[in-house]
Amino acid sequence: MSDIQYGRIIKDGLWEQNVVFAQMLALCPLMAVTTSGTNGLGMGLASTAVLVCANVLVSLIRKVVSAQVRIPVFIVLIATLVTIVDLAMNAWLHELYKVLGLFIALIVVNCAILGRSESFAVKNGVAASAVDGLAMGLGFTGALVLLGLVREFLGAGTLFAQASQLLGPSFAFLEVQVPGYGGALLMILPPGAFAALGFLLAGKRIIDRKLAEREAASAEPAAA
Amino acid sequence: MTPATLTAQTVASPHAHGGNSVSRTMFRVQLALLPATLYGFWLYGWPAFFLWALTILSCVAFEVLSLKLMGTPRVKATLFDGSAVLTGWLLAMTLPPWAPWWVAVVGGFIAIVIGKQVFGGLGQNVFNPAMVARVALLVSFPLPLTLWVAPLPMSTLPTPDFVSSLRIFLTSLPVPDAMTSATLLGHAKTELARGIDLATALHAGPDLSWIGMRAGSFGESAAILILCGGLYLLITRVITWHAPLAVLAGVAIPAAIAHAVDPGRFLSAEAHLLSGALMLGAFFIATDYVTSPNTTTGQIIFGLGIGLLTWVIRSFGGYPEGVAFAVLLMNAMTPVIDRFCKPRILGRDRKGKPLDIPENA
Repeated sequence: MSDIQYGRIIKDGLWEQNVVFAQMLALCPLMAVTTSGTNGLGMGLASTAVLVCANVLVSLIRKVVSAQVRIPVFIVLIATLVTIVDLAMNAWLHELYKVLGLFIALIVVNCAILGRSESFAVKNGVAASAVDGLAMGLGFTGALVLLGLVREFLGAGTLFAQASQLLGPSFAFLEVQVPGYGGALLMILPPGAFAALGFLLAGKRIIDRKLAEREAASAEPAAA
Repeated sequence: MTPATLTAQTVASPHAHGGNSVSRTMFRVQLALLPATLYGFWLYGWPAFFLWALTILSCVAFEVLSLKLMGTPRVKATLFDGSAVLTGWLLAMTLPPWAPWWVAVVGGFIAIVIGKQVFGGLGQNVFNPAMVARVALLVSFPLPLTLWVAPLPMSTLPTPDFVSSLRIFLTSLPVPDAMTSATLLGHAKTELARGIDLATALHAGPDLSWIGMRAGSFGESAAILILCGGLYLLITRVITWHAPLAVLAGVAIPAAIAHAVDPGRFLSAEAHLLSGALMLGAFFIATDYVTSPNTTTGQIIFGLGIGLLTWVIRSFGGYPEGVAFAVLLMNAMTPVIDRFCKPRILGRDRKGKPLDIPENA
């Protein structure tokens, strides 16, 4: 397996096969925690940590575990990792932990993580799986932060509010407050999450189409 | 020789055309809204006119934008069916008369883009666009959406002239307290929450008024004018009586029973009928062709549901007014209602079996 294209894996994770914008997975935590950019960032990083470790572990044991029992084995592995992340966040990021609450524990059933184990880690080497986990995780984090920021900006008129409390004092520089804007409460509520996600998905499709057009335009003279 | 089933002759075109069209229906509904609208301008002055104009303008603008983005080939034809104007008009009627300009713009965006065009345009929307926008605005901006100006002819303060009205509209200046007033439903809810009996509370509270001399949304207060508009629509057969009557009955019957049992806790049927958006909802919202059931039986169930839910929300809910919420909930029920109340197919009975054809016909 020397022909692994790391560039391809990274590109897939961040954009082409993005967990949210392309695969439409993990929508439950996406909708629930993205009431602010800070929450999205915390949730995304926690998921990324689990995703990378899960991919590495699954890739390590992929030749030992038989196909019939693989799902329970993967789940146990992921659950162990999530418990570690859960306890770690409770210890070191307690404020954020209180905000995200149950959704940290629910990373266990995040379909994106089991999905990557099933579709990538079980078929590929350790290094490639680690890169895939990282790229997918960062793609997921990007989606969470983007949706969180859009909702927070429209709904409360702030960006990364309380980042210094939730993530640590060094993140205070992220905080932005739009003066004189009360915010549209609906964007913080669930309907706002669906509406905002819909517009973001439409936006991704428009960008994809433009990219494809440009590629076709540049490929044509080369072929001729 | 000819079998009994084939007695009908094929008629060649051109067939007779009734001349009806989407734009004519929309125009008639607008005509029916006109008296209550003009009266609203008189009640609430220039700010109400600005709000009305900008809401319609923003609905039309977002309609044009959506149609352009979707690449609709017949932008003009789709635009001039008048549905965007009507949506904006209905939305404006349900807004507080002195709401600032951005409420109109955001409302237009929500109604047209999220409420209608996302689903595919006129005829495809699941929910009534005007009500979607009304609810979204109320949930998003509770403060400006619950600021009720008392009708100017009742106010002790002088009516704002054109320029100061424009300033009220554009800069969202705080409305002087002396000009605001509670709505009857809002007043009843607050007083009940404070533990005060309705009999005592309403003694000093806002009065009922058939002619709209009460605080409320810009186009909802004059029950009698809305009723006239509704009757005009009934006479011109734009709407049928089923849904409106069912809505009114759905509110009035439980209200009358509850009021008879405990007048200190429940408002009377008359108060319910003359308050809030009920009249407008019954005649102009519940009769929307797109979002209401197809059959008359279905429309009666739909209307009763709206009425009952409105009464339940008003009496037990967190918001004082519930017509918009009730309409949206019943809009969601419409596909289910349509599934159970299907129209009879021509030549078949209600269960879908072919009708018996007499042998010697």
